[in-house]
Order: sequence, then C-alpha cells, then structure tokens
Amino acid sequence: MARITAGVGCSHVPAIGIAMDTGKTEEEYWKPVFAGFEKSKEWMKEANPDVIFLVYNDHCTAFDSSIIPTFALGCAAEFQPADEGWGPRPVPVVKNHPVLASHIAQSLILDEFDITIMNEMEVDHGLTVPLSVMYGQPEEWPALVIPLAVNVVMYPAPTGNRCFQLGKAIRRAIESFDEDLNVVIFGTGGMSHQLQYKRAGLINPEWDNAFLDRLTSDPVGLSQMPHVEYLREAGSEGVEMVMWHVMRGALDDEVTEVHRHYHVPASNTAVGHIILENKT
Amino acid sequence: MPTKKDYEDIPGTFVFDADRARVGYHLNQFCISLGKAAGRDAFKADPEGYLTRYPMSEEQKQAVRDRDWNRMLELGGNIYYTSKLAAFDGINFQNLAGLMTGMGVEPYREMMLNGGRSIEGNRYKSEWEEE
Repeated sequence: MARITAGVGCSHVPAIGIAMDTGKTEEEYWKPVFAGFEKSKEWMKEANPDVIFLVYNDHCTAFDSSIIPTFALGCAAEFQPADEGWGPRPVPVVKNHPVLASHIAQSLILDEFDITIMNEMEVDHGLTVPLSVMYGQPEEWPALVIPLAVNVVMYPAPTGNRCFQLGKAIRRAIESFDEDLNVVIFGTGGMSHQLQYKRAGLINPEWDNAFLDRLTSDPVGLSQMPHVEYLREAGSEGVEMVMWHVMRGALDDEVTEVHRHYHVPASNTAVGHIILENKT
Repeated sequence: MPTKKDYEDIPGTFVFDADRARVGYHLNQFCISLGKAAGRDAFKADPEGYLTRYPMSEEQKQAVRDRDWNRMLELGGNIYYTSKLAAFDGINFQNLAGLMTGMGVEPYREMMLNGGRSIEGNRYKSEWEEE
C-alpha cells in the first residue's frame, strides 16, 4: 500500500531559485536562507520518498487569465520547467508517477472534489524552487512528483477548510493504491509577503511563527482562518499559505515537528519552512 | 445579495478579486504575452500597434504607456501579470515593489533588509491618512 509518511511546508520565492541557478548561495544576503535547508537536505536523503505530492500555485505560467482552475492535478508523464520571461530554470525535467496520479484524480472526483486534470503542463518556480531547496542541484530529481496547482492568484482562493479536507481526500486516495510507495506531501508558498501597491514589503514574523506553531498544535483550528486575516496580517500574497493546509490535512492529527526554518528577507518575502512527520 | 468584500479596508492594497479580474482581463492578457519572446519582440517593434491587439480601455492603455504601475492595478491589473511588463523594461520584482510603494528602489531594499514593513499601523485604512 502507498502511504504518506511526512509533510513539508516551504516558501517558493523565485529569487531563491535564481540565486541557486546563478551560484549566489554563498553570498552574505543568501547564506542564512540556504543554511536553514542544510538539515532538510539531510532529512530528504534519509526519508528518501518514492513520490512527492507537491501542492503549489502556478504564477500565470500554465494558466493565464483565460482559464483559472481552482485545483488542477498534473497527470502527464512529465513536466518541463517553463520559461517565465527570463528563460527556463536549468533544473531537471519533473517526472510523474502517472498511474498513481490518474488513480488520485479518479478517487478525488468520486470523493466530491471536482478537480481539473492536466495532461499537458509546464511547471514554474512555484513547483521547482521547493525541489531545489530540498534536494540541491541533482542531475535528476530523486523522486517522482505529482503536481497539484491551486489558484491563489485570483481571489478567492479555496478556503483553508476546503484545502484541509482535500488533504484528507488525497490521503484516502494514496492509501487505496496498491503499490508499496513512500509518499511525502509538500505544501508551498508564503510566508508573509505583499508584492503589490503601496503596502508592498509587508512582513509579519509574529503571525508567521504563530502559523507554524499552530500547524502542529491546532491544525483544524488553523484551517478555519478566514481569507481576510491572511490578506490583512500576512499581505495580499500571503494567502498562498492556504496551500499548507492541503499538506497538513493529509497527515495524522498528531505529528512531530522535526525541523523549522524562518528568515527575512528573500527579495520581498519571509521564508518559512517546516518538516512534520507522522507518528504512526 | 451583493458580494461581501471584507478586505476592502486594508490600506495600500488591491485584492485581485473576480470583479477586478474581469475588468483587467485584456490588460493582464497583454502583460502575460510579454512572458514569451514572440510577444516581447512584437511589442518592441511596434508598441502602439501591439497594444491595439488587446481591446483594453484607453485608460488602461495610457497606464501602460506611462508605466504607471499602481494605476494598472487600480484598473484591474494583477502584479503577476504587470511584473512581465516590468521585466520587459528590465525591472525586477523587488525594484517594481519599490516603485509601487513610492519609496524608490534603494530605500525599499533597505527596508526589506531591516525586516520589511511592520504590520503595526498598516492593518486598516483608518490608520493611513491618505486613504
């Protein structure tokens, strides 16, 4: 049986990917960002997942304004890193476990989550930056990756509760798959940041750290947070953090926090990262 | 029943909701077309001609000509789209943010290095004099 053993929460700031791709990780500005992922890379080697279920948002790359699916599941055999205006990132192609992906699609829809199926899709920094910080710069990604793109660009994003419930449905789907697979689920985006208009540059470390605390201690309560609190307290783009609830919902009620990293700034953004393991 | 917009009292913020996405549709589609080399080349070769391919309002077109980044957001633009126009001009995301705040690029970068903009005094429009 396939099983979810752990969850990873992680920012996906594009500038982090650019810093890695252009060899700037040792610069003073970037050092503390990457130092917090050293333990994570060790943990990834140890955890050695067969499959990563990666929840992220597309930044108008695969989807422009003409089509805005709330939940889109990648079912293609592989996904090429996209050109986002400055050339594709020099990272490996992302390979799927397409049999598991289509099983999950079928299971989710019958479980009343009306997701969109993507049989062709390019992936942007939202998906590749978390892989980069967790794996470094390998020739091939060591795990297969199932992408789930969530709309958080156009308001309203799905509610935290909906995301949390979707996480539970993803777990049911994965656990009903016969192959013996170790799956780690990623929830990405955040933490506090506002990229636009006159309040740009907002950072709220107290709020961010309370969010990280409650992710372990009070995940259900946290998932009930209304959108306006993200927008007000964590910035207009901070609402991305609803995606972390998909990850959390797929884990046990009781989890062990094995690692946490928080740093300000990376470009306009607070970087947050957490690793949670199921106890069972 | 009208849609409840409990986020409209956040200062210095345009939440890109479904209404704004509708109003800004052609502006955003124009901007995202610059994410690909073909769009950039065509816009560079004939800026005015290229703008006519997108049925934007005259106000939206003027905001594009003026590179008035905040005005574009007021007219339904979204930052992930307008940032492609900024990238066309060689302006990165952080510098674009610096321009939108009115602070300028260097003071903004300095603010971010010092921990960013505090939440204190920045939660409600009533806390800002100008809005």
